[in-house]
Amino acid sequence: MLEIKDLFVSIGAKMVLRNVNLRIGSGETHVLFGPNGTGKTTLLNAIAGIPRYIVESGNIIFKGEDITQMTMDERARLGIGMAFQRPPALRGLKLKDLIKIINPNADTVSILNKMDFQQFGDREVNRGFSGGEVKRSEMVQLLAQQPGFVMLDEPDSGVDLENIKLIGEAINQLTQKNIRPKQRTKSGIIITHFGHILEYTKTDRAHVMLDGSIVCSGNPSEILDQIKKSGYEGCVACLCPT
Amino acid sequence: MPVSNIEERAKKAREKKAVYGIDLNLDSYESEAKSYGIIDEAEDLPEDVKKAALDVGVKLDNQTSGAYVQMDQTPVHTKSLFEGVEVLDTRTALKRYDNLQDYMWKLVAPDADKYVADVAQSLPAGYFVRAKKGMKTVFPVKSCLYLGSTNLNQRVHNIIIAEEGSELHIITGCTTPAHVQRGLHIGVSEFFIKKGAHVSFTMIHSWGKDVDVRPRTGIIIEEGGSLSNNYICLKPVKTLQMFPTATLAGVGAVASFNTVIYSSTGNIDFGSNIILAAPETSAESISRVVSVGGEVIARGRMTGKVPGARAHLECVGLLLSEKGRIYSIPELDGQSKDLDMSHEAAVGRISEEELEYLMARGLTQEQATSVIVRGFLDVEIKGLPEELKQQIKNITQREDLKGA
Ligand SMILES: Nc1ncnc2c1ncn2[C@@H]1O[C@H](COP(=O)(O)OP(=O)(O)OP(=O)(O)O)[C@@H](O)[C@H]1O
Ligand SMILES: [Mg+2]
Repeated sequence: MLEIKDLFVSIGAKMVLRNVNLRIGSGETHVLFGPNGTGKTTLLNAIAGIPRYIVESGNIIFKGEDITQMTMDERARLGIGMAFQRPPALRGLKLKDLIKIINPNADTVSILNKMDFQQFGDREVNRGFSGGEVKRSEMVQLLAQQPGFVMLDEPDSGVDLENIKLIGEAINQLTQKNIRPKQRTKSGIIITHFGHILEYTKTDRAHVMLDGSIVCSGNPSEILDQIKKSGYEGCVACLCPT
Repeated sequence: MPVSNIEERAKKAREKKAVYGIDLNLDSYESEAKSYGIIDEAEDLPEDVKKAALDVGVKLDNQTSGAYVQMDQTPVHTKSLFEGVEVLDTRTALKRYDNLQDYMWKLVAPDADKYVADVAQSLPAGYFVRAKKGMKTVFPVKSCLYLGSTNLNQRVHNIIIAEEGSELHIITGCTTPAHVQRGLHIGVSEFFIKKGAHVSFTMIHSWGKDVDVRPRTGIIIEEGGSLSNNYICLKPVKTLQMFPTATLAGVGAVASFNTVIYSSTGNIDFGSNIILAAPETSAESISRVVSVGGEVIARGRMTGKVPGARAHLECVGLLLSEKGRIYSIPELDGQSKDLDMSHEAAVGRISEEELEYLMARGLTQEQATSVIVRGFLDVEIKGLPEELKQQIKNITQREDLKGA
């Protein structure tokens, strides 16, 4: 589904990603761990194609096609979707109108209901939303967009226990957790610090990013436990000794 | 003011340039307008006039308390449709009411500048609208000023009187058909908002790109009265300059000005001048300007003369092209203690972050820009009946407004 090859990405004058390699198969959901400022968001933004994130070298292959030079909207229309870590607010645009713009055939009412977000349909997108509400707004938009590959940048940060369950259910829907693994065609990647969201959605593989490179990959709960126990570097030293 | 006196003063101001805006040569426009016959029923108006009126939000349906349609210099259709509201053309009103002389030229000086002087020296067309004492309706008076002949100098003098305790809503659409190459519109308007009266005035302009426009407006609001003044101009114009002056003369008077401008060519110099002259008065002026070209000067002046007055000025501009210019000049003039006056001005480009956000959802850059521009122009206007709100929404949310 998605393959990242020898990727170097810079922002401003800073080289943030250094030699990232990653492969996410069809129907798989992966997790990305790593300390603050290590480049996790940068990786997702580079995959989404935000122009400020400059690919210095390497390739991004999506569904067999090299998308490294494509514009953001082309990538979105190919099926890449993202829940932003910190999305902007949009003045004068109602959430329910945005849903229709994203997908004219979307069932707005049922999508809003699913995220217990009915009363936000008439609000301007993300304006004055609380931290947790912003995360649900992102999920609402992704449910309308129905991407084939979904990138979730800290979908559980700032979300309360009841809403985290709703978000987990939305992720399960987006990544087809209701059908058997072999039949799944949709994939995803989730960034999380504490792993709370992993209690509500199953993931196949986890990666640890340190200093702009993926340095360790393995079983999600094993890696999370090890990070909790001995920190990021300790985890890498223990599970992925060089 | 005696008529002779007015003419005298006007004559002397024949060459007097306006304080703001590009100076025009009045002799380069035609003064003589062809005349049209009276049209009794709105449905019998010429199709192109009806269509043009609709485009500027004027729908002469049964939710109308009064109607006024002027083609060039002829008031072709004038009707009162609600007993509480009287609509006449200004000339007829002057004949009918002797005391109208007490109102004419009271709020706009006949020698203010050469444009006003020009109107003062000619036979007035325009409307007279009076909401009777205590009478209220949410159905608006709807008027359309149609400039249909190339090179014409269209002169208008409107008098609006909201008697004590009345509620009056007016929508005025001013428009030229595409075939009109060039023209001038000078509109003098005087608003008398009496004790406890509530007025909304919504003006929508859709001119040609070679039309010059000079509205001249004076407003007085008495004790407990309010005005919601809304101005929308999203179509090209050659030059437009206006600086309506509102005086909050009575305790607790309230004025709110909302302006929405989309500039693509030409020179637009607009603003409002609000004088808070009584205790507990409050004023707000909010403008949103989108520019893909042309020059826009956004003024705003608030003068606080007595303690306890509150005023807020806000001008936000969105520049979508290096061909455009937005020059914002907010002025606050506090002349007393215990005032609460503030302003906020910002001119900038579209936020990259917002564009990227929408593009990540699959919108093209063009679609995303258009969505952001429409959102920007969607001002929340209070104190308007639903229908007018919807009209404004329809007009400011048109699909064809986009980036450069
Ligand atoms: N415009 C920029 N100019 C310079 N440095 C930048 C810019 N944007 C981001 N960075 C830096 O790039 C690094 C990676 O940022 P990124 O947002 O990818 O981190 P992250 O792993 O997602 O962290 P967090 O867990 O805190 O969200 C950070 O050090 C950040 O300060
Ligand atoms: Mg991040």
